Amino acid sequence: MQKLDIAGLQNKDGSFSGDIWGEVDTRFSYIAICCLSILKCLDKINVKKAVDYIVSCKNLDGGFGCTPGAESHAGQIFCCVGALAITGNLHHVDKDLLGWWLCERQDYESGGLNGRPEKLPDVCYSWWVLSSLIMIDRVHWIEKGKLVKFILDCQDMDNGGISDNPKDVVDIFHTYFGVAGLSLLEYPGVKPIDPAYALPVHVINRILFTK
Amino acid sequence: MHGRPRKASKPEEEAASAAKAVKLRSLQSQFMKNHHDKIYTEEAIELSTKLLEINPEAYTAWNYRKLAVEDSLSRIDSDPNLVNSILDEELRVVESALRQNFKSYGAWHHRKWVLSKGHSSIAHELKLLDKFQRLDSRNFHAWNYRRFVVELTKRSEQDELQYTDDMINNNFSNYSAWHNRSVLLSSLLAQNADGFMPNERIPDEYDLVHSAIFTDPDDQSGWFYHLWLLDQTLNVETPLLTSSWPSHGSTIILSGAGCLNGSSSKFTTFCSESGSFPLILYFDQAVGGVSSSTVTIDSELKGNEDLVWEPISYKNSQVSCVWVTHLKYVSTDLCEYKVKIRVGNSPGIVSSRGHNFRAPYEFVFTAHVHDTVKDSQEGIVSWTDGFDIWDAKSKDLNSLITLDQLQAEIDFKWRQEAIDSEVECFGILSDSKIGKLTLARLLMAREAMVSDDAVKGVRYEEILQLYNDLMALDSSHYQYYKDEHSVAFLHKMTSSSESLSRHLFRYRGMNNLVCLRLNNLSLSRIASVEKLLFVQMLDLSHNELHSTEGLEAMQLLSCLNLSHNRIRSFSALDSLRHVKQLKVLDVSHNHIGKHSVDTTRYLCSSPLSNSEWSQDDVGRQNPGLVTKYWDAYFVLRDLNLKQLDIAGNEISGNEFSSFVLQVVPKLVWLDGQKLGN
Repeated sequence: MQKLDIAGLQNKDGSFSGDIWGEVDTRFSYIAICCLSILKCLDKINVKKAVDYIVSCKNLDGGFGCTPGAESHAGQIFCCVGALAITGNLHHVDKDLLGWWLCERQDYESGGLNGRPEKLPDVCYSWWVLSSLIMIDRVHWIEKGKLVKFILDCQDMDNGGISDNPKDVVDIFHTYFGVAGLSLLEYPGVKPIDPAYALPVHVINRILFTK
Repeated sequence: MHGRPRKASKPEEEAASAAKAVKLRSLQSQFMKNHHDKIYTEEAIELSTKLLEINPEAYTAWNYRKLAVEDSLSRIDSDPNLVNSILDEELRVVESALRQNFKSYGAWHHRKWVLSKGHSSIAHELKLLDKFQRLDSRNFHAWNYRRFVVELTKRSEQDELQYTDDMINNNFSNYSAWHNRSVLLSSLLAQNADGFMPNERIPDEYDLVHSAIFTDPDDQSGWFYHLWLLDQTLNVETPLLTSSWPSHGSTIILSGAGCLNGSSSKFTTFCSESGSFPLILYFDQAVGGVSSSTVTIDSELKGNEDLVWEPISYKNSQVSCVWVTHLKYVSTDLCEYKVKIRVGNSPGIVSSRGHNFRAPYEFVFTAHVHDTVKDSQEGIVSWTDGFDIWDAKSKDLNSLITLDQLQAEIDFKWRQEAIDSEVECFGILSDSKIGKLTLARLLMAREAMVSDDAVKGVRYEEILQLYNDLMALDSSHYQYYKDEHSVAFLHKMTSSSESLSRHLFRYRGMNNLVCLRLNNLSLSRIASVEKLLFVQMLDLSHNELHSTEGLEAMQLLSCLNLSHNRIRSFSALDSLRHVKQLKVLDVSHNHIGKHSVDTTRYLCSSPLSNSEWSQDDVGRQNPGLVTKYWDAYFVLRDLNLKQLDIAGNEISGNEFSSFVLQVVPKLVWLDGQKLGN
């Protein structure tokens, strides 16, 4: 197998490219930081510069985008907040401003969450929005019961699985995010998931609390 | 799956879909073989075109094409016509892929990669974007690409601002356009560009965003832009000192460890085993650079030449609103000392946004060093009796509290006018959610600007009522309004010494500690801490708090009652690690251990947030318990507690109690029981 050099993908400004062709995006910052933290190799990159780049992608609504100046998007917010959480830098987040933006993603009618203002609710945002709200301690600002109902309404009761909204066909992607969302909502019978790594809490604890 | 309805498919549809899958698979495997064998013939490239037309998300195919382009370019001796024809073909493939899937990251990046080579005409790009952005005005890939092209063509920010005008006028419900406007405008405002002075420009922007909010109050597009404008209106760039402890003109009494001889003093008494007392500076925004050179101290207290100032903040950050240093005193040197502090004596205090502290401020206080009776009895602190009420009319209250902000003169005029006009405007919209919320925020902002005692605090009742209305009107966000209600309530309580004194007591048990009792107020959040720096004992029992965020500034706090709240984890007490005086903590009857989700897991300094940590005996001997009770372990071992109450939590039990005793060996009282040696 070819060796993959994650640290080598860090650019001078602290950002990360997805591959040698140089597409830059905070998604790649998250992926690099997440992998290197699990491998206990964060010292292989310049964490301060990586954090500075993520902070430069912070917007005036408190959210984060793909690159500096890019519009806030819940998926991108997860990546940036997650990377800041893992590196102990959540003090760069305006928790009240971002928390309000995120909690307003909940659709009053269906209880589902959308990813940007004036967009339709979608099960995958149960993960992106909830995990971010948990990491900044503002998850009590949404109505959990309504969201549980929305996710359960997206189940295909005949064939199993979860879809993006109650009318669509199910897929693996939305099934994963639906179940992960239920875990973040403390739904009975679902094991706890870590909001920064999207892995079981006991796995992350075992890795990080062992010297 | 996005846009694919859940319905039983007909047999012919299934057959067609299976046939498509077979075709795609065969195309993919042929393509991968070409890629692997580095075949860049016309035929092979054409195959990748076909693949991308069906599936624009095939990242590998885009990357293969880049290799193919580089291979072709290397063999044509930089003939400009040939170069252009090769690159134009790439642009054509991207364009058709985008028609197939407008959200393909790989396609957009491929286009950027081609343009970055510098051979293709970029004149065409904005026209193409206009076409795409008309079809989907919210596509963030298109907006990102637009910013890329604008930078490449050096198109002016003013022209781009005009573009957002056009987009908004066409359809105000375009959050993407409002967002881009905020990016452009904040850049122009920061440059003080011609026609972009805040006092001229911001009022116009309010008018523009009204058109969106008032047309459809339920459409969120303008909400966040309005909040940003409010922030711009309030944003005084220069950092200011908000409060300090000791405050200007105050007198404090210092003594050694133990009880003070005849402790009937009306002043704040501060006992310390280490023979030092904190000096706290509270700024209106996070600043860095507070040091013994930027803050000078003039006093006869010996040994205070090279003071070390610490930011009270998360460990990685060198900026904070709160800075503290510790002044030494000798408890046997009975005397009275004047201490003069000059903040901003030399330049160096800078806000996190890069603005200098420009208004040097001087304050003076008196410190009496008193005799102490060496009495090391460690009695239990009771929260039920031993409290004397405070005489609201006594003068010592005023020497304790500085309720007026220590603000330098700033030009508030245009800011006040802008907010007054907004208050008037949103009064009309007060039957809608955003109308009420905006009005409440505006009134809070307006109160913060009032310095005239006669009209100070008069709007708080209205603000509290607005939040009560919102809790009923928009129950999904009940807790958000509840938190804001708590903040407004605490602002109201601290807006005058009279209202504050109703909650102030002296605790006889310990040198007449200054005690603030805010129990049973259904508070869900802490605020106004900058006005409460003098508090030594704080009763927050029987509220709805789930975190101690904010209390870190209260450096004098030695006793804290958080019983009967909603604390879910010890990680929620992380801020108390900064409160080195804290000896007594009651977190009984909370929700610790009850929930599987810990909302302060990443707000607490621990190995989870990659903080450095040193292994101690407890960690070496009980790695299993450290993993199980990590939050208690990392927080409690940094506190200097003598008395702790944890009963009535899910986590309580023999195993946990004995673990706590190992982590905090100096503990004297646990859950009301005196511990043996």
